[in-house]
Amino acid sequence: MESTSPATSTKTGGFKGRKLTGILYSKKIAPWFFILPFLISFALFFVYPVISAMNMSFQQVLPGQVEYIGLENYEKLWNPIFWKAIVNSSKYTLYTLLILIPVPLVLAVFLNSKAMMLRNFFRSTLFIPALTSVVVAGTVFRLAFGELEGSLMNTIAVSIGFEPQRWLRREELAMFALVLLACWRWIGVNLLYFMAGLQNIPIELYESAEIDGANTWNKFSRITLPLLKPISIYVFTISIYGGYSMFTESYMLWAGNRSPNDIGLTIVGYLYRNGLEQNNLGLGSAVGIVLLLITFAITIVQLKLFGMFRKEE
Amino acid sequence: METIEKRKWSVNSVLLVLLFTLFGAFAVFPIVTLIIASFKPAQELMRFGLNLKIDPALFSFKNYAYLFTGESLYLTWYWNSLLISAVFTVLCLLLSSMVGYGLAVYQFRFRNLVFVLVLVMTMIPIEIIILPLYKLSITLNLINSMWGIILPFVVAPLPIFFFRQYASGLPRDFLDAARVDGCTELGTFFRIMMPLMAPAFSSMAILQALFSWNNFLWPLIVLRTNEQLTIPIGLATLLTPYGNNFDMLIAGAVLAILPILAVFLFFQKYFIEGMTAGGVKG
Repeated sequence: MESTSPATSTKTGGFKGRKLTGILYSKKIAPWFFILPFLISFALFFVYPVISAMNMSFQQVLPGQVEYIGLENYEKLWNPIFWKAIVNSSKYTLYTLLILIPVPLVLAVFLNSKAMMLRNFFRSTLFIPALTSVVVAGTVFRLAFGELEGSLMNTIAVSIGFEPQRWLRREELAMFALVLLACWRWIGVNLLYFMAGLQNIPIELYESAEIDGANTWNKFSRITLPLLKPISIYVFTISIYGGYSMFTESYMLWAGNRSPNDIGLTIVGYLYRNGLEQNNLGLGSAVGIVLLLITFAITIVQLKLFGMFRKEE
Repeated sequence: METIEKRKWSVNSVLLVLLFTLFGAFAVFPIVTLIIASFKPAQELMRFGLNLKIDPALFSFKNYAYLFTGESLYLTWYWNSLLISAVFTVLCLLLSSMVGYGLAVYQFRFRNLVFVLVLVMTMIPIEIIILPLYKLSITLNLINSMWGIILPFVVAPLPIFFFRQYASGLPRDFLDAARVDGCTELGTFFRIMMPLMAPAFSSMAILQALFSWNNFLWPLIVLRTNEQLTIPIGLATLLTPYGNNFDMLIAGAVLAILPILAVFLFFQKYFIEGMTAGGVKG
């Protein structure tokens, strides 16, 4: 590559005569210029809001009148509806983890195997749902899980011998709809992650294992699984964060933040309801802080768990 | 390897293809039914639900035609979405690549600290800070405006991380050569290093554009008037607990997917690189 220099090229070297030129060429100042956008954005749109959320969670915030009320917001959170939101979010996270880690992992191993045909075609096809917005996905699932006898899920239910159901009005069925929607959108994405992880495993490992007489199961459990650990931790972590911060899926399935008996209410849904719909920023912020604590606690436990495994290696 | 062994049809591969066909059908089925439904009258949909039946007698472009009439704001939403996605993507790439490059190329005090801060940002769900951000947006007069959607998230941690990884891998010879030739530090970035980072830009452009195009929660909070809405928010307003405007919703949803689907089919490689950027350790 040819690097055409600017007009000042004749005055290079340790030239420090003029201040401006000095600044332009300084290796001390340049990095700060480059990272300046991050510093500004981090301070204004991240640190300030995080501190402000903590602060507001101890306040009663009314227009033009802010008052510290100690732990009152947190005490108010001790109620069955918020508890329901936490349970819903936790269940959703747990179910999505139970499905969205093993299934894509096994599919990735299959897709990577020598016997597989049309590998790229299937990889792309499974990824397509991830391109749709939750709004589009939610619309389809809302229709599919409709109450009328002609709805897709009821047609399926009847054809395998069940009664037609009011899917989005019963607790377990509603959770099923939410989890199915998540699986539909995310299997292809997690599959991509695991395939990227598989590509980093050297083939030689399998070849030498074969020479030593390892069968397919040995190779999977002794080579593939351990070496997929880093990517699995990553997928695990983003799934927990995604699960606990789920909101839009529920918002779309029930056409708003209200579901019958709050069967679709999530932690973020509760934050949205209090903070924005009822304009109680203090209480809403307290919900946010509880969510922060939950995700933090889980992350620490998880790092401990995986860290302990690491020592054995 | 594949060329030597020549993949053969075996029992295993037939079973695998069957399995993946099932999963593939599960993936595509909802979208296909949505497209079919978009050509039918909504009453049909209410009565028989989503299905694969194509009845030529009922087939019509009416739903689409309605989107383009004066009564509907769909075209306005579409334009808003396009504009916001474009501005967001361009700014996000410019700023994130600068930060990532700065972190990768220079040795300076607090470099590691800054990088840790970038990682900390990925560890906190943004839902936690939407209320203070909302309050801040009111103060900064950003409510109901395009900039209100764009600015808070335009310097994003994941692209910074990705660009840093990519820039670390670039040969330093170019950098040194440019400096010897008298290029300023900024000039070196814009003229020499940025073009070298083109593949990273493609991956991140697709990812950020997709994020912006489909973004829901934050625009839902910031946007107030019908004329300012983006497609996802606009479509969501058509679903209410009291009644649904499925004619417009379904056709509008199909048109919202089409551009992404087209980009995906043409630029799959970059898509996949961008998606897996966060998980692959460099």
